[in-house]
Amino acid sequence: MNPQDKKTNLSLWYRNSSAASTLTILLILLLMSTALAIAAPAFLKASNLLSTARNFSAIAVAGIGVSVVILTGNIDISIGSIYGLAGVSVAMLMKSGWSLVPAVAAGMAVGGLCGLANGLLVVYLRLPSYIATLGMMQIVRGVCYILTQGYPVSGMADSFKWIGQGELMGVPLPIYFMVLFALVFAVFRNRTKTGRRIFALGGNEEATRISGVNTKALKILCFVLAGVCAAFAGVINASKVGVAQPTAGNGFEMDAIASVIIGGSSMGGGVGTVTGTLIGAAIMGVLRNALVLLSVESYWQTLVMGVVIISAVTIDQLRKARR
Amino acid sequence: MSEQTRPLLEMRGVSKSFPGVKALDRVDLQVYPGEVLALVGENGAGKSTLMKILSGVHRMDEGEIYLEGKAVSLPDPLSSQKAGISIIYQELNTLNNLSIAENIFIGREPIAKNGLVDRQRQHREARALLDEVKLPLDTQTLTGKLSTAQKQMVEVAKALSFNAKLIIMDEPTSSLTNAETRTLFDIVRRLKARGVAIVFITHRMVEIFQIADRVAVLRDGQMAATMHARDTTEADIISAMVGREIGDLYVKEVAPLGEVALEVQGLSTKNRLHDVSFYVRSGEILGFAGLVGAGRSEVMRAVFGIDPRQSGTILVRGKKAAIRKTGDALRYGIGFVPEDRKEQALILDMTVKKNMSLAALDRVSRGWFIDRLRESRLAEKFVSLLRVRTPSLEQRVKNLSGGNQQKVVIAKWMANEPLILILDEPTRGIDVGAKKEIHKLMSDLARQGVAIVLVSSELPEVIGMSDRIVVMHEGRVKGSFDRRGVTQEEIMQMAVS
Repeated sequence: MNPQDKKTNLSLWYRNSSAASTLTILLILLLMSTALAIAAPAFLKASNLLSTARNFSAIAVAGIGVSVVILTGNIDISIGSIYGLAGVSVAMLMKSGWSLVPAVAAGMAVGGLCGLANGLLVVYLRLPSYIATLGMMQIVRGVCYILTQGYPVSGMADSFKWIGQGELMGVPLPIYFMVLFALVFAVFRNRTKTGRRIFALGGNEEATRISGVNTKALKILCFVLAGVCAAFAGVINASKVGVAQPTAGNGFEMDAIASVIIGGSSMGGGVGTVTGTLIGAAIMGVLRNALVLLSVESYWQTLVMGVVIISAVTIDQLRKARR
Repeated sequence: MSEQTRPLLEMRGVSKSFPGVKALDRVDLQVYPGEVLALVGENGAGKSTLMKILSGVHRMDEGEIYLEGKAVSLPDPLSSQKAGISIIYQELNTLNNLSIAENIFIGREPIAKNGLVDRQRQHREARALLDEVKLPLDTQTLTGKLSTAQKQMVEVAKALSFNAKLIIMDEPTSSLTNAETRTLFDIVRRLKARGVAIVFITHRMVEIFQIADRVAVLRDGQMAATMHARDTTEADIISAMVGREIGDLYVKEVAPLGEVALEVQGLSTKNRLHDVSFYVRSGEILGFAGLVGAGRSEVMRAVFGIDPRQSGTILVRGKKAAIRKTGDALRYGIGFVPEDRKEQALILDMTVKKNMSLAALDRVSRGWFIDRLRESRLAEKFVSLLRVRTPSLEQRVKNLSGGNQQKVVIAKWMANEPLILILDEPTRGIDVGAKKEIHKLMSDLARQGVAIVLVSSELPEVIGMSDRIVVMHEGRVKGSFDRRGVTQEEIMQMAVS
């Protein structure tokens, strides 16, 4: 192979490969972190790093879930409401005497059912996923309010706080959960038959169907997974705060979706990695932390987040367009 | 009609190539004012390309076009419209969310002094045009509510509003009822009387003799013949259409025929297919001939569980098969290479390996998990067996040539070891070398006992590769032939009427 070929191959790889996309955003994350470490040395303190990671783990878990829906070329904007409903459900169940594990399992099942409803609406009523989940977003939020009459749910057994506030070997539990979800989903997406079929569906739905794949069931499954993950993220959050707010997760869907998009997934489907989503969530988390450490007025934070989302995706687009 | 008059349109030596195909080869054509010229030819003969050059969609590589004796260039659709050429496509271009009047004047609405659209005038002018095509509808009616025939009339009215001197109609009658066709012909005759020239693309022989003054036959991109309708016969036209050489095409080797692998009885679908029955034995290749739109692909899609069936029974190896979705067809050992490989068969952004294993993931997996070694071995096997030219298994299929892409699609189904393989236009748009390889492969598969159904619009391919040939016409099976001794003319004769 002459050097010319090698160069072409490299640049081709750089433009096409998902790994290159992940590397690019990892670089962005490192640059941001370095700049922040210089501007505010407190950033590098272990306690700060761990709490930052703990804070973005809920976004990452929900992002990993919704990324599967995005992989099929659809979107789920009801995950913020599912996140809220799951927190409320688990809290209410525990208050009525359920113990932690069954309550959390039930909360995730509630999320899965919401996802099932989304999937059925999209597949059988042929609603665009944006519309179906926009409706579900309101319905599920309404259920939150009805169940709680608008009041926060508190007074659960102490075990409720374990998921969000517990630590193992000095590391907050949410970080373990985030890593666990990432590993399970990475294996699911890249190594299983179902995972492969989801990628294929996102690439070309008709061709996938003609290849003998039950694309309807597959799509529904993706929405269920997104619901389950959003529910667990909601549980992490409620447990971290110690109180389940019926309003929890308002706007959260945008954070989760943003982490997926920053992470290099294509809204058109078929492209994306779990690692990318994880880094995307980390970028959002580090940025929030930076704004706090640098005592930027909180009104500015929202604005800056928007700028970062647009910049990250633009950089990725430029990379693909490079000749 | 009258040759002494000057032609309205004259094309001289028009050629057009696309990568790998010469779509038009030095075509000469004259169209006279006030005549109806029927343009006929097999699928792929070059009719659409010719039409697209006239409408300014494609640019010719060489040649000259004269309108009323003056050389013109038609670089884009607008200049072609201005020159007085209007095209009415088979897939009508009406904007269904707009009214009839808005459709007619889209992009050139009359403007009043206040800078807004002069709706009064638009309405008045549209009314006059609709009266001319005898369409008794309110100009404010939404186009979406019209029937296909009415939409066609709107398109004709639009063409008239451009003062079109030449109107090209691409298979205008294909979706019309008999009564609607008669209405259309009335209007064609009226246009003709006004001196408008009509180029009428059709597959229906009867219509040619009803409406056309002259017939021009395209074959493989060349003008095979032009003749006067009144002193020609259906047989003459057909023989001009099919004069293609069988030449050095691959011919299926003899294979022992086994039991009936697939039998379809009385298959009907809503509005499309009527009582279609056929069978194919293992080791046999059953060819499906017919014109585009005859329903051949629809039969295959319905059998494979892609489109719903209204009635009919499918038997696989003599037993009733309940095929309701594509996964069922797969389990019964049926494979399907669809007609459009990019839209229906390949995940273009996925690698060669992943495309090849997609329908056979169960064979390369342990439980839920894909065994990556087995997957690679499977892909390697087929890359070398089918001689797929790709730099690696990790190459994305979108970067392969058409022929190699098609081999990937065939490999995908071979990987599943099907008993029955349905191939819809398996060699369309691929180079001669790859075509031959695919023919050889089909022959080999048949010898190994696979039952093959081949849908093809190329008659030599059907005749060369098939043991038996089924001919379809307008959603029905018209008849069948044993391949020995059948001629292209006989098949075409059955396919067109």
